[in-house]
Amino acid sequence: MSGIVDRINGLARRIPTWVVYSVYLLPAVWLFYQGVTGGLGPDPVKALEHELGEIALQLLIIGLCITPLRRFVGVNLIRFRRAIGLLAFTYVTLHLLTWAFLDVQTLSRVAEDIIKRPYITIGMAAFVLLVPLAATSNNWSVRKLGPRWRQLHKLTYAAVVLGGVHYIWLVKGIQLEPLVYMAVIMALLGLRLPILASRRASRS
Amino acid sequence: MAHRWKNTLKESDVTPEKVYLNRRQLMASAVAGVGLAGIGGHRAMAQDALEPNSFEDITSYNNYYEFGTGKGDPARYADALTTEPWSVKIDGLVDKPGDYAFEDIMKAMTVEERIYRFRCVEAWSMVVPWNGFELADLLDMAGVQSGAKFVAFETALRPDEMPGVKFPVLDWPYVEGLRLDEAMHPLTIMATGIYGKDIPNQNGAPLRLVVPWKYGFKSIKSIVRISLTDSEPPTAWNKANPREYGFYSNVNPEVSHPRWSQATERPLGGGLFAGRKDTLMFNGYGDEVASLYEGMDLAKFF
Repeated sequence: MSGIVDRINGLARRIPTWVVYSVYLLPAVWLFYQGVTGGLGPDPVKALEHELGEIALQLLIIGLCITPLRRFVGVNLIRFRRAIGLLAFTYVTLHLLTWAFLDVQTLSRVAEDIIKRPYITIGMAAFVLLVPLAATSNNWSVRKLGPRWRQLHKLTYAAVVLGGVHYIWLVKGIQLEPLVYMAVIMALLGLRLPILASRRASRS
Repeated sequence: MAHRWKNTLKESDVTPEKVYLNRRQLMASAVAGVGLAGIGGHRAMAQDALEPNSFEDITSYNNYYEFGTGKGDPARYADALTTEPWSVKIDGLVDKPGDYAFEDIMKAMTVEERIYRFRCVEAWSMVVPWNGFELADLLDMAGVQSGAKFVAFETALRPDEMPGVKFPVLDWPYVEGLRLDEAMHPLTIMATGIYGKDIPNQNGAPLRLVVPWKYGFKSIKSIVRISLTDSEPPTAWNKANPREYGFYSNVNPEVSHPRWSQATERPLGGGLFAGRKDTLMFNGYGDEVASLYEGMDLAKFF
């Protein structure tokens, strides 16, 4: 087991982060290309919107995996966390832009939907929460904010829960896939509870 | 019955898809008014403003949750549905209740082509050239009794053939219902084909309801039972979420669904950069059906 962990850690140290960025931007390029050339079926707008949103949620979940992986398994992928976070923000943004400009198309209706439809309000709230996180995902901000940076970036927990609720709420009926995403999110957040508890214990 | 839909076409008049598509292209380029009487003279007047979606679009993008919730799932899995033999139980307040074999129904009915707008509650739309017969004719065949006020429908429930029913997305079997006057309306058809071909399983083979002025989910698929009742029957989506899905579900741009504005729709088939268009009251069939709802508050009876 530890042999495998060491090998993964060794491999992770050798992979430059730009590789993660490039690999993970390919799906967006590919989906957009497919959408333009008819590869996404009769309703390419919905397909693109859905795929981008799903990748965004997956990236947020991958981001949540990094700390527990290090803590419980010893796999250290922390140097990829910024890339994963920024990629998640990129996909959330592309998802939002697809919805606003290719789907709804009218800005007044975009505003109306954000106000009137709770699942869209929630999705929008998740996006808003991610903006300061993306804006502070640079070395200067980390130095400048000090310990507050860690506190601020816990907003990602709220954002990912909102993203999960957004997905459950937008589908028709009770469907399995969004519930699976939510269960995974809850499990990953649950893994953090003992950490909080032990911290509180050590403080007191 | 208010009035019959006047259509002189018979099954033999249905144009093969290829010829039909060529003709449509001709028509698109021809100046309106050029004599196209003969075949489809009626269509040229009432329905030819509608450009049907391709057979591929219509049969690859479906909501049929018994086969999965993804739009491509029905086309992928619905082959497993056995549609022969098929019979429809007609019961309740009818003179001649019983199990009607699909072949016997088809022998007794006149199949016509109807090019209808199709508007999904999810705010997308298509245009579909259905083949089918008027539901009124089938109900007349069974003999509707005077006490009947509603018609209830039920979809087949075959767990062995329908992978989607393993998960309780809806309270299976899928059920739907219409008021008797809606059911008897000449626009209401039982569809058995698309583009002159047998209707594919993913679209509700061997016969499904089509009520063009209502959201698509009212148009129940693969019907195994039709019951005439004196009270409003339960409907699947209303049972699942009564706040969002009413019994009537008439297409209405002014009454928005809690999760989707119904003011506009995304016509499918136009690609990634296609525009939206304004949704028409009763999906464009107001002249024919608005009188059915006179005096009703359509925001309450949504």
